[in-house]
Amino acid sequence: MTGHVILPRIGTAAAWRDAARGFLSAGVPPEALRWSDGTGATGLFDTPAEVPAVTREIRVPRSFAGLAQTVVWHSDPARFDLLYRFLWRLRDRPALMQDRGDPGLAQLRRMEKAVRRCQHKMKAFVRFREMGDPSDARRSFAAWFEPTHHTVEPTADFFARRFADMDWRIVTPDVSAVFEGGALRFSVDLPRADLPEDASETLWITYFRNIFNPARLKVKAMTSEMPKKYWHNMPEAAAIPELIAGAPARAREMAEAAPTLPPLRMERVQEAAEAQAARHWEGPQEGFAAALSGCRRCPLHAGATHVVPGEGPSAARLMIVGEQPGDQEDLQGRPFVGPAGQLFDAVAQAAGVAREAVYLTNAVKHFKYVTRGKRRIHQRPTVGEVHHCRWWLEAEIARVRPRVVLALGATAALALTGDGKGVMARRGQIETGRHGGPVMISLHPSHVLRTPDAAAKAELRALLQQDLAAAWKIAEAALV
Amino acid sequence: MARLTLDQKLAILSDAAKYDASCASSGSTKRDSRDGKGLGSNEGSGICHAYAPDGRCISLLKILMTNFCIYDCSYCINRVSSNVQRARFSVEEVVKLTIEFYRRNYIEGLFLSSGIIRSPDATMADMVRIARKLREEENFRGYIHLKTIPDAAPELIEEAGRLADRLSINVELPTDASVKQHAPEKSPDQIRHAMADVRLRRQAAKERSHTGRRAPRFAPAGQSTQVIVGADGANDATILGQSTRLYGSYGLKRVYYSAFSPIPDASSRLPLVSPPLQREHRLYQADWLLRFYDFGLEEITGVSKGGNLDLEIDPKLAWALANRAQFPVDVNRAERGLLLRVPGFGVKTVNRILGTRRHRRLRYEDLMLMGASLKKARSFIVAQGWSPGALTDSADLRARFAPPPEQLSLF
Repeated sequence: MTGHVILPRIGTAAAWRDAARGFLSAGVPPEALRWSDGTGATGLFDTPAEVPAVTREIRVPRSFAGLAQTVVWHSDPARFDLLYRFLWRLRDRPALMQDRGDPGLAQLRRMEKAVRRCQHKMKAFVRFREMGDPSDARRSFAAWFEPTHHTVEPTADFFARRFADMDWRIVTPDVSAVFEGGALRFSVDLPRADLPEDASETLWITYFRNIFNPARLKVKAMTSEMPKKYWHNMPEAAAIPELIAGAPARAREMAEAAPTLPPLRMERVQEAAEAQAARHWEGPQEGFAAALSGCRRCPLHAGATHVVPGEGPSAARLMIVGEQPGDQEDLQGRPFVGPAGQLFDAVAQAAGVAREAVYLTNAVKHFKYVTRGKRRIHQRPTVGEVHHCRWWLEAEIARVRPRVVLALGATAALALTGDGKGVMARRGQIETGRHGGPVMISLHPSHVLRTPDAAAKAELRALLQQDLAAAWKIAEAALV
Repeated sequence: MARLTLDQKLAILSDAAKYDASCASSGSTKRDSRDGKGLGSNEGSGICHAYAPDGRCISLLKILMTNFCIYDCSYCINRVSSNVQRARFSVEEVVKLTIEFYRRNYIEGLFLSSGIIRSPDATMADMVRIARKLREEENFRGYIHLKTIPDAAPELIEEAGRLADRLSINVELPTDASVKQHAPEKSPDQIRHAMADVRLRRQAAKERSHTGRRAPRFAPAGQSTQVIVGADGANDATILGQSTRLYGSYGLKRVYYSAFSPIPDASSRLPLVSPPLQREHRLYQADWLLRFYDFGLEEITGVSKGGNLDLEIDPKLAWALANRAQFPVDVNRAERGLLLRVPGFGVKTVNRILGTRRHRRLRYEDLMLMGASLKKARSFIVAQGWSPGALTDSADLRARFAPPPEQLSLF
């Protein structure tokens, strides 16, 4: 004769634990017990078993307690019995819990995994619909769900933690969970009610249809994670067959479509973007030097010693822009101090321009060079480097606001006007710079230095002096 | 042009967002709304609320704030030269969609990205406004992932990091040269600076002040990035080399590999072949070996020709076949590191083996119960009652795993 233990459908885990403790302490072997949750048939000769009182301390490994708390929710009618049988064996072999090769434990672990998976899928696939008025202070939602195992009770707390500021109920053919006014309760055999249409559901389906990429169809990957048994309670799943059927044609269409011409607005957009974007560094003057020395806009910083900012009065009327620091400038951190700088000083003096009265700077602030033997040979900066450094140059122009800017050489002309070609043909003339002010083009002093022929050298020097004087005159008179 | 409805905008802007592979919602701080004053929870592990027929999980509402963009990246459907229909969400619309979807248990949260409009700062400021409204006005406690714009102002990045769980910036392509070629307006340098910045801010947020106060959390679920595979000529060694550098330098949580997939209205500069899904899969496997199995980059990419992974067999198996001298491994004796190198054994299996081994010797049948894939592992292990004999060194071992050769079609 076996004793029949009937566990309640709500609060099953606690009931099983209490019963198992009682039977174990009384030494009742597993063969003498038949467990059920009251939904199955009763045996002919079964008598309801009385749970004995716990008379001694029962100790089980903590890992078993966790396992049992999950496995009791499995749908297999034999679950209680399997757990008790394993518990019985565990009495004198607590190390059994670590033996993953034991068939009894392996079976329980499999069941545990199935319940956990079912719980996880429930968290994922329950779909609420709004029951009440969206403007209610406490909104109200309901869902119909069909879990594989008895997972509503152990999972309901997850929903209570997540959706605490609204009322909700998850109705299932088994146990249903109802959360109202912050209190959670369970109920058996709650009838399935019709849920009202929900406008957000339409939006969700739109989202599901469009987030799908038809070029990478992987139906098996989908169904292994979202088995078909869940589909009929998920609104978006109705779209799946159609999405699958249409995918190859959509992918082919994309591949075969001829490339189209860019839309007309493209040019406009890009121009506007260029005009809109911050054109130069913006910040308090005190921060300029620090920001400049931290510049990593191009790779030139890596080989340079100093970054070389401009120098001169902060309200200078004339700004003179050279190409980039040279060997000496790089070592000293000041502009126009090398051979070309000395030539410039001489020419400026001859032209009647005081160096202290003008703002001197360079189009590029770091020295670019290659090493030959022990010498650093100057290299002309690329268009990209000039472009990056305009960030600083234009900040200087915006601050000093000179009446005229004198561009020495092609690099300075490129930085200031966007065009560095034909400097000798353009020199001595006034052009409008990218910053909107007047720019006079001239040649670079190093051009004079590099010219071997003495007569040509003198001529170039005279031209430079002439331009410098003209620019100074304009700056002083501010006729433009 | 007629005004678009919310449904039409959602269609356009989710279609535009689907090329971002990331949909993770895990690994953030634990929180819930038990106090009744807010909505949502985050419990550490992510939840995939649905799966699309492309096999990708849908965990977050993944949308673009707008698909207007002033950049012209050739691989992107939203580039300025594309004729795709354009739309833009208002801040309120994104907030409403997120909250309503969340309440119906459709999603874990929001993954917000955007085309670049006007300027990087203006775009980032709008995205931060959405996150702020969700967190501060709606008391939303779900997951937020923000795509950061590389050259946005530091204050914006700072606020984004405090509001969001995860920040990400896509490196897009495996080499600087191909970024320059395909995404002329993007600067790889600036992207790296932005990632370094996020790492430093995360570090700073972990340190306590001298009074013991903790700084506000910064992007607790870390940062991730994505690289497109198959749009340029880079081989797998280059791609994995980049990933190794990224993981090491910036403490990334994940590098996502996205097989370049044909897009509607594609640029003529790119190959419109079907996406190399198998290659993508192998890269993920290799990525895992690098991070969790203590493999070196050279070991994985060195065993196949041309620096590309073998498409027919997985990288661990490929390594084992090329290093048969190290096998068979005795499951009753071998140390953890060696067990992890057995094809067919995962981290969990190895932990179970080590746990059981303390009590008794392992038989072949035990391994079956422990979740090992013995079809692969059997040739490489010794257990009680099992020896692979000559199998380990047999010449046709590879053929047992690779798919059978196929006659090419003549037509």
